[in-house]
Amino acid sequence: MATYYSEEHEWITVEGDVATLGITQHAADQLGEVVFVEQREAGDEFEKGDEIGVIESVKAASEIYAPLNGEVVEVNEALADNPGALNEAPEGGAWIYKIKIADASQLEELMDLDGYKALIG
Amino acid sequence: MTDAPKRTPLYDLHVELGGKMVDFAGWEMPVQYPMGIMGEHKQCREKAALFDVSHMGQVILRGDNVGEKLETLCPQAFATLKEGKARYGFFTNDDGGIMDDLIVSNAGDHYFVVVNAALRHQDIPHMQANLDGVEVTEIFDRALVAVQGPSAEEVVGSLCPAARELKFMETTVAEIDGVECRISRLGYTGEDGYEISIPEADAIRISKLFLAHDDCEPAGLGARDSLRLEAGLCLYGNDIDQSTSPVEASLGWAMQKRRKEEGGFPGAARIQKELAEGAAKKLVGIKPEGRAPARQGVEVQTLEGDSIGAITSGSFGPTVGGPVAMGYVATEHSAAGTKVNLIIRGKAQPAEIVALPFVTQNYKR
Repeated sequence: MATYYSEEHEWITVEGDVATLGITQHAADQLGEVVFVEQREAGDEFEKGDEIGVIESVKAASEIYAPLNGEVVEVNEALADNPGALNEAPEGGAWIYKIKIADASQLEELMDLDGYKALIG
Repeated sequence: MTDAPKRTPLYDLHVELGGKMVDFAGWEMPVQYPMGIMGEHKQCREKAALFDVSHMGQVILRGDNVGEKLETLCPQAFATLKEGKARYGFFTNDDGGIMDDLIVSNAGDHYFVVVNAALRHQDIPHMQANLDGVEVTEIFDRALVAVQGPSAEEVVGSLCPAARELKFMETTVAEIDGVECRISRLGYTGEDGYEISIPEADAIRISKLFLAHDDCEPAGLGARDSLRLEAGLCLYGNDIDQSTSPVEASLGWAMQKRRKEEGGFPGAARIQKELAEGAAKKLVGIKPEGRAPARQGVEVQTLEGDSIGAITSGSFGPTVGGPVAMGYVATEHSAAGTKVNLIIRGKAQPAEIVALPFVTQNYKR
């Protein structure tokens, strides 16, 4: 199981052709306390760079951008009742989507952990 | 702002306390501390929180009949403001819009005025140009610290017994640990509390004395904004500006009867007409029924889809436990209980017009 990172501070872990997507600890720290997550529905298709959701903290709204082409296959519905999970365990249990990957070659455009660490300094 | 952000006398304390510093109106201010906005907000509602508000402009007015002269710029009854009392007010422009809001205190031998950080550079020349025979002096060597919350009387009173004697909107000068401070019982959170003007050299030491109390923790601008929004208090630049009149802004309570009747302030023609006939739009509380916060700029529609206004302040209210907002709607749709839709990211989200404040104000009257 490989983990990749996007410049939009998302992580994805890949198993076969399914990716689990969440936000990084760094993103969670920058956002502050999350109070609402707007999510797409299972079956929604999207392309890399599309807005696929919004995370609202007390102060501001931040978009979630698709790190690759794909389709939502599962939504973490627990975030509706407990959006604060994104602060407590952004890289643990608090995933946002499971995504069916449309074009695995796009994974090469993402960063590994060392690359991401270099990005956030 | 082209200049580097300025620092208040409490800057080193913010850094020491782990404050997350941001540029606000040209000042480097803490938006939050490690406790976080939600925790700091609840700290203020339940115990006490200390805020640095030194970025606001502190001004001394000296001269004869200062209160009467201020009445030529503001629709408040400052001529009859008694010594030791403070009053909320605003400068109006010739079109009846609001130039800035302010607090005026009658300090006996002078008047003490606090104006918004971003508008110091407008307000001070405005007073210098229009208050004939009044010496207008901006204070640069004092911090302004707010201690707010139900424990504020204990936190401040344990160091300064005179603070306990003040009622809401009263002001005095008293010593705190040997330093002469101006202490006013007022604030911007909806809670009981004080704003304290402290000589800059003593500001960190005295703030630390407040913070040494078990019930007092530091809070940043984030919590200040969510607290004032729940309390239904306007933020200049969001909810009120040069184009909005005090009647539209539901600030009729802040204009005293004599002034409303007599006029004699800039824009009186429009404001008196709106007082008599009503204004076309009105600032109201708006409670989204779902969980999505409605931010500034979100369109308000009737259930039939007609546009009737926009959100001017909107966030998550930690004490309410859900989103809260204020905005202007057409007066015919402004009654509490009216159901509306908010257009958030293209989707209509149900909401209701509600009476302000969202949280009961807790002042010591």
